[in-house]
Amino acid sequence: MALDPTTIRRIANLSRIRVEHDQLEPLSRELNGILGWIEQLNEVNVAGVEPLTGGAQMAMKMRDDVVTDGGYPEKILANAPDRNRQFFAVPKVVE
Amino acid sequence: MAYAIEGTTGPWEVVVGLEVHAQVISQSKLFSGSSAAFGAEPNTQVSFVDAGFPGMLPVINRECVAQAVRTGLGLNAVIHKVSRFDRKNYFYADMPQGYQISQYEHPVVGTGIVEVELADGSVKQIGVTRLHLEQDAGKSLHDQHTTKTFIDLNRSGVALMEIVSEPDIRSPEEAGAYLRKLRSILRYLGTCDGNMEEGSMRADVNVSVRKAGEPYRTRCEIKNVNSIRFVMQAVEAEAARQVEVWESGGEVRQETRLFDSNRGITRPMRSKEDAHDYRYFPDPDLLPLVLEQSWIDALKASLPELPDAKQARFRSDYGLTQYDAAVLVAEKATADFFETVAKGRDPKIAANWVTGDFFAALNRAGASIETSPVSAANLGALLDLIVDKTINGRIAKDVFEAMVETGKDPAAIVEEKGLKQVTDTGAIDAAVDAIVAANPDKVAEYRSGREKLFGFFVGQTMKAMAGKGNPALINDTLKRRLA
Amino acid sequence: MLTDLTIAQAQAGLKAKTFSAVELTQAHLTGVDALNPRLNAFITVSHAKARDQAKAADEAIARGDIRPLTGIPLAIKDLFCTEGIRTTAASRILESFIPPYESTVTANLLNDGAVFLGKTNLDEFAMGSSNMTSAFGPVENPWKRRQDQNAVLVPGGSSGGSAAAVAARIAMGATGTDTGGSIRQPASFCGLVGVKPSYGRCSRWGVVAFASSLDHPGPFARTVQDGAILLGSMASHDPKDSTSADRPVPDYQAACKRGVKGLRIGVPREYRVDGMPAEIEALWQQGIAWLRDAGAEIVDVSLPHTKYGLATYYIVAPAEASSNLARYDGVRFGLRKDGAELSDMYGNTRAAGFGAEVRRRILIGTYVLSAGYYDAYYLRAQKVRALILRDFNEVFANVDALLTPTTPSAAFAQGEKMDDPIQMYLNDLFTVGANLAGVPAISVPAGLDSNGLPLGLQIIGKNFDEETVFAVSAEIERAAGFTALPQIRAGM
Repeated sequence: MALDPTTIRRIANLSRIRVEHDQLEPLSRELNGILGWIEQLNEVNVAGVEPLTGGAQMAMKMRDDVVTDGGYPEKILANAPDRNRQFFAVPKVVE
Repeated sequence: MAYAIEGTTGPWEVVVGLEVHAQVISQSKLFSGSSAAFGAEPNTQVSFVDAGFPGMLPVINRECVAQAVRTGLGLNAVIHKVSRFDRKNYFYADMPQGYQISQYEHPVVGTGIVEVELADGSVKQIGVTRLHLEQDAGKSLHDQHTTKTFIDLNRSGVALMEIVSEPDIRSPEEAGAYLRKLRSILRYLGTCDGNMEEGSMRADVNVSVRKAGEPYRTRCEIKNVNSIRFVMQAVEAEAARQVEVWESGGEVRQETRLFDSNRGITRPMRSKEDAHDYRYFPDPDLLPLVLEQSWIDALKASLPELPDAKQARFRSDYGLTQYDAAVLVAEKATADFFETVAKGRDPKIAANWVTGDFFAALNRAGASIETSPVSAANLGALLDLIVDKTINGRIAKDVFEAMVETGKDPAAIVEEKGLKQVTDTGAIDAAVDAIVAANPDKVAEYRSGREKLFGFFVGQTMKAMAGKGNPALINDTLKRRLA
Repeated sequence: MLTDLTIAQAQAGLKAKTFSAVELTQAHLTGVDALNPRLNAFITVSHAKARDQAKAADEAIARGDIRPLTGIPLAIKDLFCTEGIRTTAASRILESFIPPYESTVTANLLNDGAVFLGKTNLDEFAMGSSNMTSAFGPVENPWKRRQDQNAVLVPGGSSGGSAAAVAARIAMGATGTDTGGSIRQPASFCGLVGVKPSYGRCSRWGVVAFASSLDHPGPFARTVQDGAILLGSMASHDPKDSTSADRPVPDYQAACKRGVKGLRIGVPREYRVDGMPAEIEALWQQGIAWLRDAGAEIVDVSLPHTKYGLATYYIVAPAEASSNLARYDGVRFGLRKDGAELSDMYGNTRAAGFGAEVRRRILIGTYVLSAGYYDAYYLRAQKVRALILRDFNEVFANVDALLTPTTPSAAFAQGEKMDDPIQMYLNDLFTVGANLAGVPAISVPAGLDSNGLPLGLQIIGKNFDEETVFAVSAEIERAAGFTALPQIRAGM
């Protein structure tokens, strides 16, 4: 099947969700069950059909270029799990 | 001679493509109403949208779209009337939404052309693949704390134009010329200030090398190079590295690298080692961007004259040399300055003053056109004083130096220092008489055929008149008296 | 009892000063305090704030400033950000998040004078059809099986807490969100009116996103008229939401009185699925008869791609969710579980913060968007979605509205359908089409099954024609005369 444990490991990494080793097999079974069911869409003839990306059938409105927001660092930082002065803080990143 | 890296196995051609990220000039951000200004206190120019708070939604800024269209028009590029925004999904500490809103499949601007002039006078066309709009990320500060990286989201959501070139660039010089030309066009258009030091323009440099006639080999991308000089150095260093890898029997691996400007080398970028799988898909919070032809036309009609057109006009209307015209149009501010000086005056004299004394003065003062102590109007007035013979050319240099020092207008300086040219023939006659009387031996030498001494008499007379004598009248008078 | 009043009745009583807003709110808070420990309908109850708002409502009434919802106590799904009131999305990852802003929909309600009792339970990030995936525990449906009073039934989901609160009379109305049926299915399970308006009618700004192109805020109420009152207040054009529709909000209450005479009502044959309980089929036939009797013309129609709706939904929704939920990374708000490196911090935070169903959907969504699979899954799903929209457009060229059952079953018990995610997903079989197409739909309580549990009928309308949907819903409501009450309710 498509979603073998290696693939699960890869997409879990892309999703930044830690998955324990012993969860890989059961997750693989579960997700393959769902994918197998989803594959019924292969029955549909979609030749020449334009994909529908969203719920709204209109063109996008544009806003004026005016500063109307921002300027409230305390509100931005109030929920931060780790804050240092006026910054958010995370484990050190090496580039 | 085409540029090449000489390896042990012979010459290698360098192939370069540039992805330039140019920060759009706008008041507010691409998808939020917070300020896009540079240099504010950390996290003060951040809205809940920019910080990726739950339930926050993007709304596009019309001016940012207009700037992208103007830039596209300035690059002679195709404008796409329907484009779309996609999400580029990846995690990074300074990217709050966990995705960057960008244009992947359907950019707002398609293919275009940038013409660059090279040192040997040749002109080369560099293809532009596309231009698209996207959000900038915030800023990670790694040097503030021993175990932590600090995040400032002020830049998060600022509009960027990513301008992607074709791999048409073949040397560091061409890379530099392309960037300078692109920056000039952006500045003319007023769509990006092109200030690489502040990061409002930066380049990702794609480099590969190959032997003549080969298809492209594997390329490496050098991220976020922040000066034209560094781009040129990075191309050279990376090309040399790749040649060495190939020639030592190795294989160049496709990877993202960083340019270390202190050591002049490139190195792999650790945080980008993950396999790229950005899972692009259309951003469901946004709708297709549909542009009216009439709106595009109106933007086109309001475009300023661009460097290529201006250079051609300077040559044809003002009779300038290609070199002078190229120098004067490189920056719009310079071109505007020159035109103000040249208006109603001799354009060649104006060009000589601007590219000569004026540029030299700016260089000495470390000033720019914008901060110049000498205004275009004052430089023009100085030229007028020469033409109407109020001052002579030598005094003009002194007046100019005084203008640089004081910022005053030339008439005031001339008045103040009494530098007005003396055209009174009586005064000139008297001065010449005195010089002739004081130098009988020199007069005798001159009359016996040492005509070179004429300059000596002119200099002495001028000196006696404190430099203010009319040179033509002094010449005439001397010629008469020494005959 | 004050808690038995409809919103329309309460408006009249407040205006006539028969009772005060403070009394009305207190009656509901008393009900909440009595029943919530059992129902678990609310995650957060904001007693003090509600009393303050009620007091302000009485002052407004005293000076004659009476707005559409002045003094009406409502429950807010804990997916709407409420300024200064914790908003969790029923997830550990937002357990302590206090929004510094108010969602547009709740701001509209507050502006119209509403009182907020608190924030209601839901499936985590609205992902579920049973309210069983909430990190704050399941919600009990106030309805009981006649033959099995011990069974604890689910209220449906994802807006299970809102549905349970309104059904149990501990809120006069509530907000919900409907991504695949998350208002209509719980409305059907709890004997309520559940309104999913057209996509773009209610702003999504400030609503924690699940699947942006499918998320629809809407109201729960005990009558169609109350649903009309609430939607009228919640709906607006919002410049902060690019997908918000710039259209005037019609008078939905007036539309409820239009009747159905002369309307053409379509009955889509694809909704007659194998294994559907006979009582649901019978109720559907009954609904058809009611509308015919009221002067509507019944038309047999076909929506050929109906059966592919769920599979399409289970690609599109997880794909969007995988991206929408990337912002929960432990950097700026919410839970953080530390790690030596940034990537460990992300992985630990998101593993600990998200429940199993959310993790499952993020993984599926990541997979269907990943390199090499995008075309096979996501792009194909978008094309099928286009075909589903085309089905609706073609049908609506001939009929004014569609009548279908809301759900393939009545409320089930906690623990049932839990082993197989797909069994759970089938709950949304009849509702998901309207989300994919963005068209308005309402579930109206129409009868009881043999267990005495409520069953709803669904009316689906043309894009932005909620008025016809309200007109048909009101007719079903009149004809059904649904008066049954849940066993667990305020004052019992």
